[in-house]
Amino acid sequence: MTTADTMTENKVIKFEIHRQDDGQSEPYFEEFEIPYRPNMNVISALMEIRRNPFNKKGEKTQPVAWDMGCLEEVCGACSMVINGKPRQSCTALVDQLEQPIRLEPMKTFPVVRDLQVDRSRMFDSLKKVKAWIPIDGTYDLGPGPRMPEKKRQWAYELSKCMTCGVCLEACPNVNSKSDFIGPAPLSQVRLFNAHPTGSMNKNERLEAIMGEGGLANCGNSQNCVQACPKGIPLTTSIAALNRDTSFQMFRSFFGSDREV
Amino acid sequence: MGVIPVGIFLIVHLVVNHFATRGEQAFNDAAHFMESLPFRIFLELFIIFIPLYFHAIYGVYIAFTSKNNTRRYGTLRNYMFMLQRLTGIFTLIFVTWHVWETRIQAAMGAEVNFNMMESILSNPWMLAFYIAGVVSTTFHFANGLWSFFVSWGITVSPRSQVISTYATMLVFVALTVIGIRAIFAFV
Repeated sequence: MTTADTMTENKVIKFEIHRQDDGQSEPYFEEFEIPYRPNMNVISALMEIRRNPFNKKGEKTQPVAWDMGCLEEVCGACSMVINGKPRQSCTALVDQLEQPIRLEPMKTFPVVRDLQVDRSRMFDSLKKVKAWIPIDGTYDLGPGPRMPEKKRQWAYELSKCMTCGVCLEACPNVNSKSDFIGPAPLSQVRLFNAHPTGSMNKNERLEAIMGEGGLANCGNSQNCVQACPKGIPLTTSIAALNRDTSFQMFRSFFGSDREV
Repeated sequence: MGVIPVGIFLIVHLVVNHFATRGEQAFNDAAHFMESLPFRIFLELFIIFIPLYFHAIYGVYIAFTSKNNTRRYGTLRNYMFMLQRLTGIFTLIFVTWHVWETRIQAAMGAEVNFNMMESILSNPWMLAFYIAGVVSTTFHFANGLWSFFVSWGITVSPRSQVISTYATMLVFVALTVIGIRAIFAFV
């Protein structure tokens, strides 16, 4: 066995993990040291702790609770705050992180346990802004209008949103003191309004974001677009919606036969 | 509300102040002209006080519902976001003090003229407070202009927003120079 191999064997990865039994209980940090393996991500490290739930002091402890799903950064479930930044733990590679690796839940959302949060408010917001295309009926309506290819290309970027919650965590205006729905559901309004069939209900979605907790709560800090793991042009979506709602406001106040 | 009408009032106010650089007589004539505008009390109420304090009180509420995180995201726009809220609060304190010292005193019989400002600014602490107040106000206005363009959907593309950052910062520099020159004309 070479010296390098021996070193690898003795190497450990240090973690500081936020622990909290439920939403009401007092949070604390617990330290862990797990044996190093190459090419680990934060999730495989958490799995190692689950397999062998002993903290740094060697005391047996409850395994850390976290959420995960696809393990390839498309589902958004495993988002947490890693070394101070919200991101997906599946694509957070241990070799690229500074140690001790500090894991915290995204506290913008209610904490369920340890690193698990309840992102229900995002799904409620999607319902509120009508982020779907109503096509149900009693008979076949036939094919919808065609979508220009150029528009499809930028709309596809918006469709990459996985409701992970990172943009809400990054936004200074989304917190317990405000009812701002945050960047993600707003950008979905732009996506569904861009769709040729979806645009037939454009005004309903615009009206939905013109009320309490809607578009006007954005303070233009533009953190969302920096934080988005999918590179969605969230601030461009917000500015484009600002233009649409400005026109919508004039149309609905002064009256116009151009309803959509 | 912030840009129209308060921003327009701010520009008029700073420009009228600038008469002070042309001497005491020029400033007093300009101030007198503003004082003797017809329907003055209505102009003051609907162009200045009602929109200003609506904007201010609502703004303080907004500022205190945000949670700054420039340590986590140290980008220019995130700092501007924080500065906009800090200068908003400071400007409100400054403006309220300034209105008390000038307009309210005028309503109680004092005459607002070159001499009044000269005596206020003869105190070095007041001079510093006024300079800070003017810089804070012009920054809040110029950066507010940037977000006004975004919030009304005028600058949508990232490129237009970057150019707008430069343009509004030029507005900040220009108005600050006008404001500070006027202050030093009284010293």
